Amino acid sequence: MTHRDPESDSAAEASPVLAPGHTYGTVTDKISALVLVRPYNWRWFLGLGVGFALTMMLLLAITVLLVHGVGIWGVDVPVMWGFAIVNFVWWIGIGHAGTLISAILLLLKQDWRTSINRFAEAMTLFAVACAGLFPLLHLGRPWVFYWLLPYPNTMALWPQWRSPLIWDVFAVSTYATVSLLFWYVGLIPDLATLRDRAKNRWAGYIYGFLAMGWRGSARHWHRYRTAYLLLAGLATPLVVSVHSVVSLDFTVAILPGWHSTIFPPYFVAGAIFSGFAMVVTIAVPLRAAYGLHDFITTRHLENMAKVMLATGLIVAYGYLMEAFTAWYSHDPYERFVQLANRPFGPYAHTYWMMLTCNVFIPQLLWFRSVRTSALGLWVLAFFVNIGMWLERYVIVITSLHRDFLPSSWAMYHGTVWDYATYYGTLGLFLSLMFLFIRFLPVISISEMRELVHETEQDQERRAEQLSTEGTVS
Amino acid sequence: MKPRPDPDPTLTDASSVGGELPILSAGPLFWRSLDERAENGAPRPDQDQGLSNLVALQFDPSSRREFLRLMAGSLALGGLSGCAIQPTESIVPYVEAPEQIVPGKPLFFSTAVSMNGFACGVLVESQMGRPTKIEGNPDHPASLGATDAFAQAAVLSFYDPDRSQVVTRDGRVETWDRFETLLLSLREEKARTKGAGLRILTQSITSPTLADQLRRLQEQFPEAKWHAYEPITRDAVHAGCRQAFGEEMEPVYHMDKADVVVALDADFLAWGPGRLKDARAFAARREPEQSPRDYILGRRSDDAPASVPMNRLYAIECTPTITGASADHRLPIAAQDIAAIVRAIAGAVGVGGSSAPVKITLPDRLAQHDKWIDAMVRDLKGAGGRGLVIAGDPQPKEVHALAHLINHALGNVGKTVEYLPRIDEGPADQVGSLRELIGDIDAGAVDTLIILGGNPAYNAPADFHFAQGLSGGKIRLRIHLGLYHDETAQLCHWHVPEAHGLEAWGDLRAFDGTATIQQPLIAPLYGGKSALEVLALLLGEPGRSGLEIVREYWGRQSLPGDFESAWHQALRTGTVAGTARKPKAVAPRGNDIPSPAPRAGESAGLELVFRPDPAVWDGRFANNAWLQELPRPLTRLTWDNAALISPAQASRLGVQEGDVVELRQGGRKVRIPAYIMPGQADPSITVTLGYGRRRAGRVGNGVGVDVYGLRTADEPWFGSGFEVVKTGRQHRLAATQHHHRMEGREPIRVAGLATYHEANDFAQAHEQDRGRGPSLFDDPAPQERHEEGMGNAWGMAINLNTCTGCGACVAACQAENNIPVVGRDQVLAAREMQWIRIDRYFEGQSEENPPIDFQPVACMHCEKAPCEIVCPVGATTHSAEGLNEMTYNRCVGTRYCSNNCPYKVRRFNFFQYSDEETPSLKLMRNPDVTVRPRGVMEKCTYCVQRINEVRIAAEIQDRTVRGDEVVTACQAVCPSRAIVFGDINDKQSAVAKAKASPRNYGLLSELNTRPRTTYLAKLRNPNPEIEALTRHDSQRS
Repeated sequence: MTHRDPESDSAAEASPVLAPGHTYGTVTDKISALVLVRPYNWRWFLGLGVGFALTMMLLLAITVLLVHGVGIWGVDVPVMWGFAIVNFVWWIGIGHAGTLISAILLLLKQDWRTSINRFAEAMTLFAVACAGLFPLLHLGRPWVFYWLLPYPNTMALWPQWRSPLIWDVFAVSTYATVSLLFWYVGLIPDLATLRDRAKNRWAGYIYGFLAMGWRGSARHWHRYRTAYLLLAGLATPLVVSVHSVVSLDFTVAILPGWHSTIFPPYFVAGAIFSGFAMVVTIAVPLRAAYGLHDFITTRHLENMAKVMLATGLIVAYGYLMEAFTAWYSHDPYERFVQLANRPFGPYAHTYWMMLTCNVFIPQLLWFRSVRTSALGLWVLAFFVNIGMWLERYVIVITSLHRDFLPSSWAMYHGTVWDYATYYGTLGLFLSLMFLFIRFLPVISISEMRELVHETEQDQERRAEQLSTEGTVS
Repeated sequence: MKPRPDPDPTLTDASSVGGELPILSAGPLFWRSLDERAENGAPRPDQDQGLSNLVALQFDPSSRREFLRLMAGSLALGGLSGCAIQPTESIVPYVEAPEQIVPGKPLFFSTAVSMNGFACGVLVESQMGRPTKIEGNPDHPASLGATDAFAQAAVLSFYDPDRSQVVTRDGRVETWDRFETLLLSLREEKARTKGAGLRILTQSITSPTLADQLRRLQEQFPEAKWHAYEPITRDAVHAGCRQAFGEEMEPVYHMDKADVVVALDADFLAWGPGRLKDARAFAARREPEQSPRDYILGRRSDDAPASVPMNRLYAIECTPTITGASADHRLPIAAQDIAAIVRAIAGAVGVGGSSAPVKITLPDRLAQHDKWIDAMVRDLKGAGGRGLVIAGDPQPKEVHALAHLINHALGNVGKTVEYLPRIDEGPADQVGSLRELIGDIDAGAVDTLIILGGNPAYNAPADFHFAQGLSGGKIRLRIHLGLYHDETAQLCHWHVPEAHGLEAWGDLRAFDGTATIQQPLIAPLYGGKSALEVLALLLGEPGRSGLEIVREYWGRQSLPGDFESAWHQALRTGTVAGTARKPKAVAPRGNDIPSPAPRAGESAGLELVFRPDPAVWDGRFANNAWLQELPRPLTRLTWDNAALISPAQASRLGVQEGDVVELRQGGRKVRIPAYIMPGQADPSITVTLGYGRRRAGRVGNGVGVDVYGLRTADEPWFGSGFEVVKTGRQHRLAATQHHHRMEGREPIRVAGLATYHEANDFAQAHEQDRGRGPSLFDDPAPQERHEEGMGNAWGMAINLNTCTGCGACVAACQAENNIPVVGRDQVLAAREMQWIRIDRYFEGQSEENPPIDFQPVACMHCEKAPCEIVCPVGATTHSAEGLNEMTYNRCVGTRYCSNNCPYKVRRFNFFQYSDEETPSLKLMRNPDVTVRPRGVMEKCTYCVQRINEVRIAAEIQDRTVRGDEVVTACQAVCPSRAIVFGDINDKQSAVAKAKASPRNYGLLSELNTRPRTTYLAKLRNPNPEIEALTRHDSQRS
């Protein structure tokens, strides 16, 4: 930002990225205490317990699935893909915000990312883990999933490279790998801090093992910074590529409602939209529970709200263009899906709920009072989470259930096992999140210390600037 | 004829089973364990336990889902170990003489399957001694190479593990020996009283040998009586002939000679002994691009089509049938009003001797159809001896008589209809015969009742209270012979398992009297006995095998030439030469028009119409899962029956689809779900028979609703004076099609004959509009790519003009390709597995009487198949010959292919649908087709196993495969030859010629999928006068 207008200046003034008065020591104390000092309390156990119970339900659902087959789900003949694919796309989309925050905003030197990137990255990782389950489980014969990989075998069989599902395998596995590396590399200095501060012997050993011998030397820091930047560079294209490839699963098909060139950008925008909604969903209660108001300030909330508003508008544009293209194309099948069946067909309620959650409600973000209200934003983010799930439901189900030949039209409804699997992955996500909050620093200590440094420098620079400006004038 | 081989001594030697046993003829080889128990005359405790458990299990009303799992135990008792044994007598193959069986090479044997007593000649494929598939016998007059769905499903009935497997007495296990003893002593006892008190109840019988036995029995026991009853009775047909011509006769139609056909509540394409050949001959007159003779013979000559005009069918019916759907004009009229219409026609054509036509006015409620009927009559008269009026079996005899007289007056007799002497034997008035029997029972005049087949306790008219009469204790000895331990068996003292038609010797006659010897393909699977063997005991001829009985009878007939060669000839060809009956000359008896008996309160009030079910018929096929799951042609329902109500009537009654309604008549009532049927006559509510079985077996028990409780002897087919009451309950009907309009997408292209003559390529206009734009890809059009000498390129053409929607292809495909049954729950979840589905659409927006179209849809084998590019593992690929192949073993089940299939013809094994455990069903499978496991996709393969079989034969003979050499299962079975398959590179092949038709179009070809299966557009041949009427009506409204 070369030009700062007075208003945004004042806004920055009103809510800084780090509350004033913090030093290296206070930052380190505060964040590491969350892991090392803070006693276990019933709230944490309750949260983990809920997550764990849902995870057990997931395991039950998976067991039943493996024993009986994919028929326990609601999938049927026109609608061969159901909840599994909806959930897969939804979870993958959520992951995107983490990568965007950690990689792109890092490269763009957006200092406000610092206090949210750690748990956003963790969220990415856990979301990808949940997402990854679905394509495997939805196979008719999940035990032969590895046939999708190009591994050497005696039959000399390779995957069928023209299928977008193969591209998906590569896109998602690359994404999972890079996200994990990025997250772990970022953790190393903090793990070393925890190692050094741990009172418990075993905790010290474990953190020490995970810190991989980090000593904080200048050479370490130099290499760390280089590696981190390189990984950020690697992760950046993934933000765009993964969901583009996921969208190709649909667009490559000839199905009306899927076969659309607008899908890749519209899916990426949707992914970031839903991802930021999920970050807000996590950040607001986290901030409240652990008193992190100093680190996750109103500034953060407002910035995330702005990203949601922007991406939400892109998504709305996507909806509009889908309908327009259908009308303009004169393709009777496309017109039927976009202009008749989605808005007025048997699944019209999902379509209108989707529009409400993704387009109408987010318009409230134009108001600053909404953007800066933690509770208001949290409720709004919840709607966006639901809306983005519905969006995938609308895309997958309403396109399939009434396609070309009216004779094969039928309805689709998720079964109890569909819901059990979906809520089960929510439980898995929740469990992982609670474990993460308990055992790893939710905010990057080292980067916060940098931020303290930068803030101080910034203030000094400003002071200098002011004084020079004063001299000049 | 080879001498009868000696039974294997180790199997039948009494010492090997440790007791003094009579050596039984054929079946008991399997029954060693039962023989063993027979020696002491009392069951061993453990075996008894096991068997009663089995019997309990067999009729446990457990869910059909469990059916797939529960079957395993039953055959263990039968001693079957996975290999079946040829019957001990020699049987003669159809074409190839089996010097020895070549493993993996099927043999075909000619025999016949029975439907309401009448024969359909078939060739049964035998794989290593196991009958696996039924094909029509091209040399048989009733088959002409085709069969219906019932015959296709006979294989499953044969292997049904629920069939009764043991002789029982009062529910306890008995032996055939003791039954034999019983009947022999019964004979001695009856010999003293000339058979007084002895009654035999059969179904319709055409079997010459069986009829002969019954006649001889009658001679020996003059006091005994033979009754016959069939719920789908043809009483009215016979009585109508008697009324018109003074004699009971069998009308035989020559559809290929008829220019104008009027069907009065007559579903002649689906009902009646000659329905298959009628369907073929009717179709021959629907195809303007081929001469009828070529069509019937399955040829396609290059000559210009003969100048035989397309026929015109008028269907006047109360409920839509496949015949009505094939009609050019269809008029929905209550069944009870048909009588008034037939009288009007009779008057107009001058029946009754008066040379001048008499105008008979229609009742007011039918007056609106006056002009329609006038136009039809003018058309009929104009046909000049080439018209045909057919009265349906459910119409009363007076309607039949009038229809015969109309045909006579128009000069149609001898041209489009001929009369043969009656074919089936026994009482002509079956309902009367059963009434007499029940009267005798009530009067205490019956002390012994032998029921040979049939299930009267379930399907007798409700007002006879047959079940109470049977079990009322007035009959000292009740004996039942049947395939199942059914409702009737339960009320009888003795039950003897009946041998299925595929495992017993016998004979049957076809509609024209042609006799066929039934050859057993296999020794009785469950030790069943045929009716011939049971009657032989009563005749004092114990120990005679079915073969001896049949041979003895035919030995007494004067067959041409020496008996042995005539016998062999009959077995080989499937028909006994010289048995077809000659037509008789007929003359009307009397001069006055018989006036149909006025029906109760000739009002427009509701009427209840009973119809045989298109899948389970009168209930005899209730335990056949293939048929239960075969979508009924018009409703697309499976696993259920429903009350069909017209849309207008439904809105009047406030009823919606799936609402359970109560039908009340007198004290009788039945609760049944409603189905809204466009094209149904408003006053008519149609219910189908055959459901609500209590002792059908694990598949059929409790499926649907039993409506026999409303059916009386006086009104067997329709009756009035009942009411419909909503119950407020709901029942989900398992339909395979939920959307019935074409939504302007034209999957079926239809035109009138006039349009066709103007522009015969009307069906292709669609594609021409869209055109083929410039392309960057090397993309030759199909016709350029397929050339002579380029190898085989398989393709299919389906003629929508002749497809009747009967569903035989669906059943044939299921039998050929080991397609599993999924059950009602899975059909409700839209997961049926049949590779062919028949789409049924209503044209236009009319709900009163929409034109109805059918379209069989299976995998199109697209040249640019959307499914292939999206499969991540390459499990579905294209063969060089143009097949879209499915490699089951490679499939991981992403189901992406199905999503991307615009025709939605792929089927997925959501669960382990194939029963891999039941031993008898393993025997049934086609060994050339993989049984698919859970989690893989499947679909039509163009019967690739048949292609490969022909290819192997051709390679051995060092020649190329000829264009018409491969015949798919659906093609073979089609009664109307609507399906043509072959090599489209061979320009002389029937399929290449069909595809050259201007009516040829590809379904959704605008998507550039280039389907190898294409359709020939449908034509209608409307009467311009009636068309003008309808136009006038629609303008007025």
